[in-house]
Amino acid sequence: MKWDWSAVSGFMPHFWDGLLVTLQILVLGSLVSFVLGLAWALLMRVPSRFVTWPVGVVTEFVRNTPLLVQLFFLFYVLPEWGVTASALTTGVLAIGLHYSTYTMQVYRAGIEAVPVGQWEAATALNLPMGRTWTAVILPQAIRRVVPALGNYVISMLKDTPLLMAITVLEMLGEARLFSQQNFQFTEPLTVIGVAFIVISYLASLALRALERRLAH
Amino acid sequence: MTSGLWELVLQGVWVTVQLLFFSALLAIAVSFVVGVGRTHRLWIVRFLAGFYTEVFRGTSALVMIFWVFFVLPPAFGWQLVPMWAGTLALGLTYGAYGSEIVRGALAAVDPAQKEGGIALSFTPWQRMKLILLPQAVPEMIPPFSNLLIELLKGTALVSIMGMGDLAFSGNLVRLALQESAEIYTYILLIYFVIAFLLTRVMRGLEKKLKAGVGKAAPKREAAAPEPAGLGGVR
Repeated sequence: MKWDWSAVSGFMPHFWDGLLVTLQILVLGSLVSFVLGLAWALLMRVPSRFVTWPVGVVTEFVRNTPLLVQLFFLFYVLPEWGVTASALTTGVLAIGLHYSTYTMQVYRAGIEAVPVGQWEAATALNLPMGRTWTAVILPQAIRRVVPALGNYVISMLKDTPLLMAITVLEMLGEARLFSQQNFQFTEPLTVIGVAFIVISYLASLALRALERRLAH
Repeated sequence: MTSGLWELVLQGVWVTVQLLFFSALLAIAVSFVVGVGRTHRLWIVRFLAGFYTEVFRGTSALVMIFWVFFVLPPAFGWQLVPMWAGTLALGLTYGAYGSEIVRGALAAVDPAQKEGGIALSFTPWQRMKLILLPQAVPEMIPPFSNLLIELLKGTALVSIMGMGDLAFSGNLVRLALQESAEIYTYILLIYFVIAFLLTRVMRGLEKKLKAGVGKAAPKREAAAPEPAGLGGVR
């Protein structure tokens, strides 16, 4: 086994570019998944089967099929439908949509964990539905689920390399490009492998700290 | 779609199923070895098992696949057949998630059971085999069922390495037909059907195993599955 440090230093500028794109995907994808997930969770509470049934089926479908194929679907089908978006945008949408089907379950659990007395108090105070949700239920529900949402951010980090398949140059994409140009596979792939472990470990430490703060 | 193209898709299904089967076997083996290792009385065994879990859970499955395909061959001078390379990468990664399930289920067994085993002067191995595992395994089935679905989704990653699985056959058909929506819809539907069947099988298994230790399987709504890369219950 040969380890070539000059390949590592040659790869580093590309690594930082890739890291930036990975973090971009992660931040934007998380935002999409948080917002969409909340929307799914709220729609699932609409007291009508004509809403809950389709939402339930669609989210179940998205959750149980591979993100990779969903990426291909959006990447190749959206242009056929006349929607043009960059690979990065498509990827962020796909990963956000995929993870929103997980976060919706988190929100659901959080909403169900709000004591029923809070609902009754809101009714007793004659709060309108919108105020009940925005001022009473959601603030308590979301506070409870922040750690669980954080876990999904960490797992989304580990799915960001899939965007390489639709030509996005994130960390793995940069590593593959560099490897193919220089015929050195070991160093770039190991560097990003270690980077993933370090980032997800740091993120889990940060999450644990956040969890402790929220507990008080 | 012509029948020739359907044949291509069917071959893809077969490769996916094979890959799923083998990598699930490897993942289960790894889960139990590492998960049981984390309850071992020697600290070095516990440390190594924990280290394994952190490393393999910390990295991305796709990066692991690239590593097994491109770094292992020059490093060790042998090249794996794609099927085994995929099995190795997926089995090791998902085994790390599975080891957390095994550890959690073992920890959830009533401590009095373990103490009872000590009082009867069972050896640690006998305690594990005769007391802890029979009670812990039925509890592992629902999380393992979710992990299996994640593994199924993970098998699609090998198509990036050019292995002819279901996702890859979808790409080929797309190139042949110059039309994407139809074929990708079919591919997604096939994955969904496989996932549905797996969930059913696992639910049946849970019922059977729980009956074996005198517990009724709880009525569950579709429980939130944990995603592959879950940071986990750290």
